Amino acid sequence: MNKHVSPRMNRRAFVIGTAAIGTGLALGLDLPFGGPAIVRAADGSPEVNAWVVIRPDDTVVIRIARSEMGQGTLTGLAQLVAEELECDWSKVTTEFPSPGQNVARKRAWGDFSTGGSRGIRTSQDYVRKGGATAREMLIQAAANEWKVPASECTVADSVITHKASGKTTTYGKVAEAAAKLTPPADVKLKDPKDWKLAGKGLKRLDTPDKVTGTTVYGIDVKLPGMLNAAIKDCPVTGGKLKSYDEARIAGMKGVKKVVKVEDTAVAVVADTWWHAKSALDKLPIVWDEGENAKVSSASIAKWLSEGLEGGPAYVGNSNGDVNAALAGAAKKVEAVYSYPYQNHATMEPLNATALYTPDKCEVWCGTQNGEAAFAAVLEASGLPADKCDVHKLMLGGGFGRRGQTDYVRQAVLIAKEMPGTPIKLLWSREEDMTHGRYHPVTQCKMTGGFDADNNLIALHMRISGQSIQFTLRPAGLVNGMDPSTFQGLAPKGDAAFGYSIPNLLIDHSMRNPHIIPGFWRGVNVNHNAIYVECFMDELALAVNQDPLEFRRKLMKNHPKNLAVLEAVADKIGWSKPPPQGVHRGLAHYMGFGSYVAAAAEISVTDGSKIKVHRIVAATDPGYAVNPAQIERQVAGSFVYGLSGLFYGGCTVKDGAIEQTNFDTYNSMRINEMPKVESIVMPSGGFWGGVGEPTICVAGPAVLNAYFAATGKRIRSVPLRDQNITFA
Amino acid sequence: MDRTNQGIAMANLNINGKTINIDVEPDTPLLWAIRENVGLTGTKYGCGIAQCGACTVHIDGVATRSCGVAVSEAEGKQITTIEGLANGSALHKVQQAWIANDVPQCGYCQSGMIMAVAALLKEKPKPTDADIDEAITNICRCGTFQQVREAIHAVTNA
Repeated sequence: MNKHVSPRMNRRAFVIGTAAIGTGLALGLDLPFGGPAIVRAADGSPEVNAWVVIRPDDTVVIRIARSEMGQGTLTGLAQLVAEELECDWSKVTTEFPSPGQNVARKRAWGDFSTGGSRGIRTSQDYVRKGGATAREMLIQAAANEWKVPASECTVADSVITHKASGKTTTYGKVAEAAAKLTPPADVKLKDPKDWKLAGKGLKRLDTPDKVTGTTVYGIDVKLPGMLNAAIKDCPVTGGKLKSYDEARIAGMKGVKKVVKVEDTAVAVVADTWWHAKSALDKLPIVWDEGENAKVSSASIAKWLSEGLEGGPAYVGNSNGDVNAALAGAAKKVEAVYSYPYQNHATMEPLNATALYTPDKCEVWCGTQNGEAAFAAVLEASGLPADKCDVHKLMLGGGFGRRGQTDYVRQAVLIAKEMPGTPIKLLWSREEDMTHGRYHPVTQCKMTGGFDADNNLIALHMRISGQSIQFTLRPAGLVNGMDPSTFQGLAPKGDAAFGYSIPNLLIDHSMRNPHIIPGFWRGVNVNHNAIYVECFMDELALAVNQDPLEFRRKLMKNHPKNLAVLEAVADKIGWSKPPPQGVHRGLAHYMGFGSYVAAAAEISVTDGSKIKVHRIVAATDPGYAVNPAQIERQVAGSFVYGLSGLFYGGCTVKDGAIEQTNFDTYNSMRINEMPKVESIVMPSGGFWGGVGEPTICVAGPAVLNAYFAATGKRIRSVPLRDQNITFA
Repeated sequence: MDRTNQGIAMANLNINGKTINIDVEPDTPLLWAIRENVGLTGTKYGCGIAQCGACTVHIDGVATRSCGVAVSEAEGKQITTIEGLANGSALHKVQQAWIANDVPQCGYCQSGMIMAVAALLKEKPKPTDADIDEAITNICRCGTFQQVREAIHAVTNA
């Protein structure tokens, strides 16, 4: 193709090369290349390939396609590239290519989406190849200059050496020449055993700016002439905007325009956001809330409970004959569990800044899915791909919420009403709390059967409730079934069930209320792990067996699951009694390709005040690119998971979500934070994720400990509804 | 203080050692005056109801949630934001400890967290865990509390 490609990294970009090369070969993608022309970064430095730019001063700029929302992927991916590149880590910096550039360059950077704990595990291969390919080209450039074979040259910390002649040079000096070379067709990646940078708990690259307030999040964007917008969408999903009385706020200070956004929302545009929000709060709005206004948490619960009692269901996992085995069981145990809606409540409320003209539409925002945001810009602006772009900024939290693009679309639609004026749309916390993409609501009936010798011979797990993909990603449905419903329950794969039971049936009666569901950190493992792991304790109790011993017998074919479970049991001291007044619970699960387990030590006062003294958490992610960051993800996941368990839960009244801010949707504070002792135990041979998996064992470990302490089994979340809280 | 000048509402704020004259209504929350009128965006909006602490600044040395303070209440007082915490290029010891202990994840709440901790350490140079539990009530959805606690102890043991 040899088509002109603009590798512009920001608006100050300039291009020196002309017939630019797509160095997608580094990705193993079938991209054309050629050249001697060089693709250049914004500052004119040469791209060795799409992943690596080297500046004359030896600074190494590593391109990061995935988003950084706190999970540390930016640093981990840079470590993987740098490991193969053999560059000086102290000279590494990073930048985000834009989705528009990715499209223009035939997806040279692959997938931008950052969710499902995939950031590292699904791109590690091609980013390492990117680093290795660049290294080979840089060495070749030095060898060419010295007229020696490349095989005689070595490299360390960005310094290339030809030992026989004593010559040395640096990456910065040969980058121009390297960028003109044809990339090698194949490169060999290092054995992880030989890693020097990857696998180490290096400090994050993005910390210094985060402690001085200089990191630019979406909410901090400033553009010349920019105005600010506040928005209110119909409180009831499915309802519409009927009317509003614009005249009542027309004279308010700073107000520039009132904009109807599609047929459900109204926005006020003003000089400052505070003026926009203040005016919007005074704007009389009439909603047509529609049929959904009749829905309540009670009506949803009733509908879901009907799905527990037989009837059609999608089968996610089955073996043997559960019905026959349960009919002939010597002993049966049955329990019904439930899990509520949860809001992501990212600390940075949703926002996006859009600048529209009839010729161009640009958006600045934090997004977990740059390409989806880009698609939303195209759709909302009506402009073609070469006239749109999205500039990705740091995310003030994502947790799955910023994988959706509703806020991006709104910003573009508002900006379209004011061509040439940049508009920053910021949701109030109240808008964020009431217009989430909520963790789906489910109930679950667990039925277990034992033979006369107290062996578990049958398990039926009937889930009733909401599918995320039905609403958000219908293409992910398989003959109507949502496979992700069965996270951690599947017969095999990266979210497999961790037990072998002779007669097993796990099925799902799909019931989709009008509340829009979403991918909430951990997604469907959050409730599935509570259902399975709390019920396992109930089964163990029914036959008077130790919860660990009971599980062990069912896990003979699941050595990796058992290894993490035994690791936490060992570390918490399961074989010895806990300290006086302290009680323990265990849980394990598999999700996002990783094996995880937790053990909790808690004490309970008056049956209702829980103090979590200790959490031991084990993770086997296959490979650990940055163990220090994994420990932080694990510790943080317990804050998110236990916040949901204790304080979360969004309820529906008259069709709308009732919780509006952190006063009614609380989040754990430091005084409630248990010490999390993390065991990172990569066993190699597979790549699992780390941002999400451990969140799901937080709940069952604590609930099982609560039962040990009180003899009371909690089967519904959140605990605040049962007047149980942190001590 | 001149409140109005031909219909323009004015306020004088002393922020990070500088007196800044801005056009803002006196009942505007200090948070929004700092972010939008002064242009310092290190101070973050999280809830607007003084629950989360992302907007914490120092007012006369006291950690204060700036979303709940009107501009009129802050006039004549010394306001310090995250941008003014360092002494020139020398970072404050809390900022240094935050880097050394790799505390932030998404980082959005950390301006407020750091300001709250800096105020605590001024009052109690060697806080106990109980002191920390009582004084630090900021929300962090990423869940950095373990590193926050470790970093505070690292400062005081330095």
